[in-house]
Amino acid sequence: MKLTGAQILWDCLVREGVTDVFGYPGGAILPAYDAMLDYPIRHILVRHEQGATHMADGYARASGRVGVAIATSGPGATNMVTGIATAMLDSSPIVCITGQVGSRLIGSDAFQEIDITGITLPITKHNYLVTRAEDVAPAVREAFLIAKSGRPGPVLIDITKDAQQSSCEFDWEAAAPSTPGWRAVPEAPASALAQAAALLNEAQRPVILAGHGVMISGAMAQLLALAERAQIPVAQTLLGIGGMPASHPLNIGMMGMHGEAWVNHAIQEADLLIAAGMRFDDRVTGNLKTYAPNARKIHIEIDPSEINKNVAVDVALIGDLMDVLNRLLPSVARGNRDAWLKHIGSIKGDAAVLDIQTLPDDGHLYAAHVINDLWRATRGSDTIVVTDVGQHQMWEAQYYHHESPRSLITSGGLGTMGFAVPAAIGAKRARPEAEVWAIVGDGGFQMTMCELATAVQDGIEIKVAIINNGYLGMVRQWQEFFYERRYAATPLTGPDFVKLAEAFGIKGIGVTNRAGVLPAVDAARTHGGPVVVDFRVEQEDTVYPMVPAGADLHAMIRRPSPIVETGADH
Amino acid sequence: MYTFAVYVEDRPGVLNRVSSLFRRRNFNIMSLAVGHSETPGVSRMTVVVQTDPGGAQRIQAHLYKLIHVISVEDISHRPAVFRDLALIKVAAARESRPEILQLAEVFGARVVDVAPASVVLEMAGSEAKIDGLLDVLRPYGVLEMVRTGRVAMSRGQGSGTERTTTGSAAAMPVAVGVTYTV
Repeated sequence: MKLTGAQILWDCLVREGVTDVFGYPGGAILPAYDAMLDYPIRHILVRHEQGATHMADGYARASGRVGVAIATSGPGATNMVTGIATAMLDSSPIVCITGQVGSRLIGSDAFQEIDITGITLPITKHNYLVTRAEDVAPAVREAFLIAKSGRPGPVLIDITKDAQQSSCEFDWEAAAPSTPGWRAVPEAPASALAQAAALLNEAQRPVILAGHGVMISGAMAQLLALAERAQIPVAQTLLGIGGMPASHPLNIGMMGMHGEAWVNHAIQEADLLIAAGMRFDDRVTGNLKTYAPNARKIHIEIDPSEINKNVAVDVALIGDLMDVLNRLLPSVARGNRDAWLKHIGSIKGDAAVLDIQTLPDDGHLYAAHVINDLWRATRGSDTIVVTDVGQHQMWEAQYYHHESPRSLITSGGLGTMGFAVPAAIGAKRARPEAEVWAIVGDGGFQMTMCELATAVQDGIEIKVAIINNGYLGMVRQWQEFFYERRYAATPLTGPDFVKLAEAFGIKGIGVTNRAGVLPAVDAARTHGGPVVVDFRVEQEDTVYPMVPAGADLHAMIRRPSPIVETGADH
Repeated sequence: MYTFAVYVEDRPGVLNRVSSLFRRRNFNIMSLAVGHSETPGVSRMTVVVQTDPGGAQRIQAHLYKLIHVISVEDISHRPAVFRDLALIKVAAARESRPEILQLAEVFGARVVDVAPASVVLEMAGSEAKIDGLLDVLRPYGVLEMVRTGRVAMSRGQGSGTERTTTGSAAAMPVAVGVTYTV
């Protein structure tokens, strides 16, 4: 069957199970857009190509399926760079398709020509420059395989205009991936499993560090089984949140820079760390020289290049987390670690009383309250929270308690402001039955708020909670702690977000005190369409606890009495 | 110093992918030589890198993540033949020419061009030996020089691809601090 390269592209995407693509047309991708009309694919027109990549990313993280973004050459392609890097750093499987100028023009600095495969080389798992229609199908099939296999990540396919236009025989079977360099996921050898089991069984003070890999592998049940059988407390990375129900007694919470004090202390006091699908990022370890000094370390990881990168480990179990845990579990002894768990409970006690949640309403609106109330309101429902980057992101991690996997989507590794609104749109398309909330600061919101128009045009019902403090809050916090409160370029104005929402044709609600939170959340939830809620919160609020960058993990700036510290009295 | 023999698919852009990886991961390449291998469609690179044992391990793991990399062999501490090829143009006036030719013979270098005022020597050998030749030639005036950088091959039987087709597993540290090998 003879098809054009453009038709082959869509045929392959349909066969790969793609139903939605997020994109923006332009000259070099026009043949593909023209062919698209004949295929059962829903195209969501974004307002900026960065949004398309975040939507594909949100779609992928919400569902585990590959997200697809499409754009034209030149600026269309370069606008995707931030979103591709975001997906790379957080191991999110997306395929980005870009148009390219005709193959005979490549290298000539033609209009809207840019070397996007060169630009994205270090931020993709792999990329392709396709210059012939014959190469479209093999590239697409291989791209999907690479994006979702092993440690997932983004793949870019740059297709020249003539490759889209010319025709060739299309044979799906013949295009099956056959690259000699593609490797199946390794299996951890039995000897290493035995070593790990021995360390586990003799440990008195073990802690499991659960990361994003738990979700990617789908190893939630195995993680739970390991924790329960051996009675091991489980701490999560930011992206690991949701891998174990927050309400589970063995789930001690988030670790790291803004992790809870008792969690970080438990890690520092541990005699064994079992790192499961996490990569010892600097935001979770603090000073490497003093990190968990008395602990042996078992690292369960699918990517061998992560082993010993930041933290030297005693046993590396390389493989798929679910598989490794399934094979490890039979040799894990039932444990009784009451003394250790009781000890962690006791250090938890003194930190919890300082929590802002325990304090009476002083008439001010705190972000922690907003997020905690949102959690209460949506508790028990199928809700996905997508956050942006900054203070609200950390408060979300602390005060929204996630019970299920893939219920928190956030940019961890790259820390991309502007991620939340488009990623929420993608998440909603992946799981239309779920309620999707974007929690976003007033800074990050203004980076990609144009995508509200996308939500309106395509009828995508997202709820946006703006934590509006009039500052680039996390940067302001660092200035407060480390730059003598010299607030360089952090005070931030914005439009009237309620009016802005209305201008987009969507419901806008403003909230200025705690009493207004729940009614606004209820109104947003029952409104059949996108909603923006502008929570005007305390301006100079601070995320506690905090491990300053590079400091020892146990050297936290602890919560003082928040009423005094936040300046609410004056 | 670590030496890797890397088999890659012979495709456009592969050299860029490999070199970009070293740059991105902050490893310093001392030399890199690329050419055909014994298998059609497969190129062989010899990469020499200044790093420590952990870095060497991670380099292999990173290389294996590149789709076009077929296999990687760390031959730093294996019985292997290391060779560098140099072309050296030396100023050779009539009176100094006999001495230069004599030195060339001592070092096993070949004369590949003779001009009225210069000669071009070709020498294949270990880097140290070529450095030695250069040291003695310098007083005469080295006008031009080009070196290929190290190429390497492990001694003994078997082909590189055979030794490393299970390479992905071989390159992966299994029980760290205990052993790196399978």
